[in-house]
Amino acid sequence: MNFLLDFLANPENWSGPYGIPQRVLEHLEFSGLALLLAALIALPVGMLVGYTGRGAVIAVVSANAARALPTLGLVVLVVLLFGVGTTAPVLIPLVALAVPPILVNTYEGVRGADADLQDAAVGMGMTGPQVLFRVCVPVAMPLILLGMRTAAVQVVATATVAAFVGLGGLGRFIIDGLQTRDFSSTVGGAVLVAVLALAVQGAFVAAQRLLVSPGVRGQVG
Amino acid sequence: MAEEPLIRWDWIGRNADRIGGLLVDNVVMGLAPVAIGLVVALPVGLACARWRRLYQPTVGIINVIYSLPSLAVFVLLLNVFILATMPIVVVPLTFYALAVLIPAVVDGLGSVPDPVRQAATAMGFRPLRRLIQVELPIAVPVVIAGLRVATVSSISLVSVGALVGKGGLGHLFIDGWQRQFPTPIIVGIVLIVALAVLADGVLILAQRLLTPWARARRTA
Repeated sequence: MNFLLDFLANPENWSGPYGIPQRVLEHLEFSGLALLLAALIALPVGMLVGYTGRGAVIAVVSANAARALPTLGLVVLVVLLFGVGTTAPVLIPLVALAVPPILVNTYEGVRGADADLQDAAVGMGMTGPQVLFRVCVPVAMPLILLGMRTAAVQVVATATVAAFVGLGGLGRFIIDGLQTRDFSSTVGGAVLVAVLALAVQGAFVAAQRLLVSPGVRGQVG
Repeated sequence: MAEEPLIRWDWIGRNADRIGGLLVDNVVMGLAPVAIGLVVALPVGLACARWRRLYQPTVGIINVIYSLPSLAVFVLLLNVFILATMPIVVVPLTFYALAVLIPAVVDGLGSVPDPVRQAATAMGFRPLRRLIQVELPIAVPVVIAGLRVATVSSISLVSVGALVGKGGLGHLFIDGWQRQFPTPIIVGIVLIVALAVLADGVLILAQRLLTPWARARRTA
């Protein structure tokens, strides 16, 4: 606990390019970018596979295999091969981390949409895409958001390892602290990342209230 | 880097002993949390399925634990244990496994159709025997689905422990980075993915053996 107080009470940690606010911004920047890219890949693929049922086995198996990829190894390898300088290299492993939960949940949610509901929608004259976007996706929304939440929390938590190869973000406090035996920095960084991950989790719970239709919410509970 | 080949095969041969040792470490530290997690998740999951009111708070606590970054928890435990030993990695990974396994046990028991439960009761099954002989076998597919996710992520997360000094194959990543030498990194990634895929395959096989009726239905 004393370590944490030392860290937070130190004014040097609160300003400039190496201060906490700047590190939080960096952290959120590449976490957010990775999540956005992952959603752009996983949402359409998950919806398409869930709605048509085609390629389901391949999608689920490769999503599961992607979970096995060690992020630290990928970060180190990508940066070693392509060089540091930009944040682009570190995005690849983070996107690989975020795609599986979003893809699998979107797929399961859309596939699990009640067949009777879909029949009713077709009976009302909806076209295929209309059934998908106005019936299946809203019904799948709680699961899709759960997948996004899992992905977001994992990305924020894992983005710390980017600091090992010299990138910014909150991982810097942890890695630098480990290397200089400055435990107040290490512990402070660890606590900040945990708080940030919890905040992201909370933001998604709030988003769920806004984005899930009241009818579906009553059903799912 | 241009004259340097991506993989130097002779390095692998010369370091086979060390790689083997790290591989064993990785297996132990990756599987122990899942095994402990399953032993804990079964009673907790049963309790949550029996008393539904326990479930929401339990899931809440576990979700909070799940969102704690592994590196952060390793570091905090490093302060508690002082030395980098296996518990630093195994303890947090056990909690991550629990976060996946407890909901899996609860959902698995929830997947038992009510008529089946009633039929078992009508046939004279007492609650304990009904649980062991009817409900748990039916819950197997959902529980194993959870075990697969937990096992694969656990094996892969062990490597982050290398940053605090105990990380199985993850040490190869640190090695490769410090010497700017890609071979160990590639070897590490390939072995971790291979381990995870192997463990996943074993679990799929276990599911087939434990649920023979699923196959019978498919061929019928």
